[in-house]
Amino acid sequence: MKKVPVISLNNITKNFGSDDLIIKVLHGISLTIFQGDFVAIIGPSGSGKSTLLNIIGLLDDATTGTYFLHDKDVTKLTEDQQAYVRNREIGFVFQSFNLLKRAPVIDNVILPAIYAGVSEKERVQRAKELLTDVGLGEHITKYPNQLSGGQQQRVAIARALMNKPAIILADEPTGNLDTQSGKDIMEIMKQLNKQGNTIVVITHDEHIAKQAQKIIKVQDGRVI
Amino acid sequence: MNLKELLRLSIGALRANKLRSLLTMLGVIIGVFAVILLVSLGTGLQAYITDQISGLGSNLIFVVPGSSGARAGGSQTNKLVINDARNLSNGLQGIADVGPIVQQIVTLKYKNHTDKGTTVLGTTSNYPQIIVSVLMEQGRFFTLPQERLGSHVAVIGQTVNKDLFIHEDAIGKRITVGGTKYTVIGVLKARGSVFGIDEDNTVVMPIAAAQRQFGITNINALYLSAKRPELVRIVKQRANTILLKRLTADDFTVETQEQTLSTITSIIGALTAALGGIAAISLIVGGIGVMNIMLVSVTERTREIGLRKALGAKRNDILKQFLFEAVILSVAGGIIGILLGLAASYILAKFFISQVTPWSIFLAFGFSAAVGIIFGIAPAYRASRLSPIEALRYE
Repeated sequence: MKKVPVISLNNITKNFGSDDLIIKVLHGISLTIFQGDFVAIIGPSGSGKSTLLNIIGLLDDATTGTYFLHDKDVTKLTEDQQAYVRNREIGFVFQSFNLLKRAPVIDNVILPAIYAGVSEKERVQRAKELLTDVGLGEHITKYPNQLSGGQQQRVAIARALMNKPAIILADEPTGNLDTQSGKDIMEIMKQLNKQGNTIVVITHDEHIAKQAQKIIKVQDGRVI
Repeated sequence: MNLKELLRLSIGALRANKLRSLLTMLGVIIGVFAVILLVSLGTGLQAYITDQISGLGSNLIFVVPGSSGARAGGSQTNKLVINDARNLSNGLQGIADVGPIVQQIVTLKYKNHTDKGTTVLGTTSNYPQIIVSVLMEQGRFFTLPQERLGSHVAVIGQTVNKDLFIHEDAIGKRITVGGTKYTVIGVLKARGSVFGIDEDNTVVMPIAAAQRQFGITNINALYLSAKRPELVRIVKQRANTILLKRLTADDFTVETQEQTLSTITSIIGALTAALGGIAAISLIVGGIGVMNIMLVSVTERTREIGLRKALGAKRNDILKQFLFEAVILSVAGGIIGILLGLAASYILAKFFISQVTPWSIFLAFGFSAAVGIIFGIAPAYRASRLSPIEALRYE
């Protein structure tokens, strides 16, 4: 079966600062992530992996180079356009979960769909399904502070899947979890991957990285 | 995000911090309350005075001594005399009724009852035709012959009737007015009080009798009643001309009922607007409170904003979210303020005067919405401009 590229970065550089002081963080990164891949991007702190994540996640612009999402050039999008693409194609999972504490679990999962303009009926239905898929069918009306760390991260995963994104982009998803919960989460990731989702995990932990199907090592702003 | 979602989101955010929301709303509540109360006070006053003056009669023209603005009519500057009344009566024959008046405060006595501080009104027999609020409850008003002769007859008001004639009929009895005896020939219907002055504490008598008894040569004022509305102008002009034959322009003022009304209305209107304006200032203070809290709220929710943006919220989505919150806050405060203002106006109407106008409610509502928008836009804009990367890192 021919592999379909989902993310194609070509010679991406990223500089910060201006005029007198320019800090070069990424020095010409090229990589391709195909549909159905389970990729771990690993590197020490300061390697530029966070910056790389921001660029892949369309939260930041590259200084030079091109970025293709599916077959569309998303290198130079306006802020609103980036928001649009993020909403529909990138499913974020954060280290610190980043759930809305004042809203029940189901409202958290629904959030991306609200910005996509999905009807209430549809999005509630889908949210319930996703929560059941990650094993939280009984906890739909609970609030985040009533759940364990592992459960909260599962809510975040369900949220990330809401708009059927091109990729799940996880930034140290097990960073704030204990070993067992961390294992559970990685199991879910593997399960999702088996179902056909493309997963990209950013981590500094080799044990986590090893559980992925492909590893990309980053150091000092380069792929090594 | 549609309206329903925005509403749900905003109300949820406000409910999360009930005390804070309430305290913030307080500024708007007080501002709106004050506006509603003061405006209804002013409007009520205006309506009341308009009623009073219109209720006197229609097509009236007032002739008072002195130039307009100086209406005390003290006897030094008063140059109007009974002859002027006669000249006016002759000159305006067929087009207006002329009713001169003299006033004096006296003590009344009947048997062992006394009434102090009663106003004696000396006037002509056509007075009830000119001032239509003068109606007879018993007996009758004095006649033209009685007027001409200056007969010692009197028409008394309700209060005088109550004070002097407790168990008997007043008609036909003789009362002492300032030392002289008068026969009661009529009792007036109740007229109520005007600003605490009891209109029913009066004795009306022929003008000649009053002048003779109290030694008054001047008259306090003249009421002219034009026979038809179209004649009011002509009557006013002609009255001016007639009086100018003997007096100078500074000695008297001829003013139509309409003019008087419009002067008073505009004074009260200006006063109401000024008071309302001051109340509106407190609304601005309330608005500043809203802006302050919204700024705090935005800072507090930096991570939430970052998250929403990461999930796909556009700048506009964030702007709308926070602007809506500010507007809901203000409008809620406005509604409460309006309800409280209405309640207070209603209570005030029982003890004093007040009249609620629909336009003041709309104005107050509009103001509170405007306050929300004006004072909410800056914080909302700031929120929308947050960088998602920075925001997500915020502790």
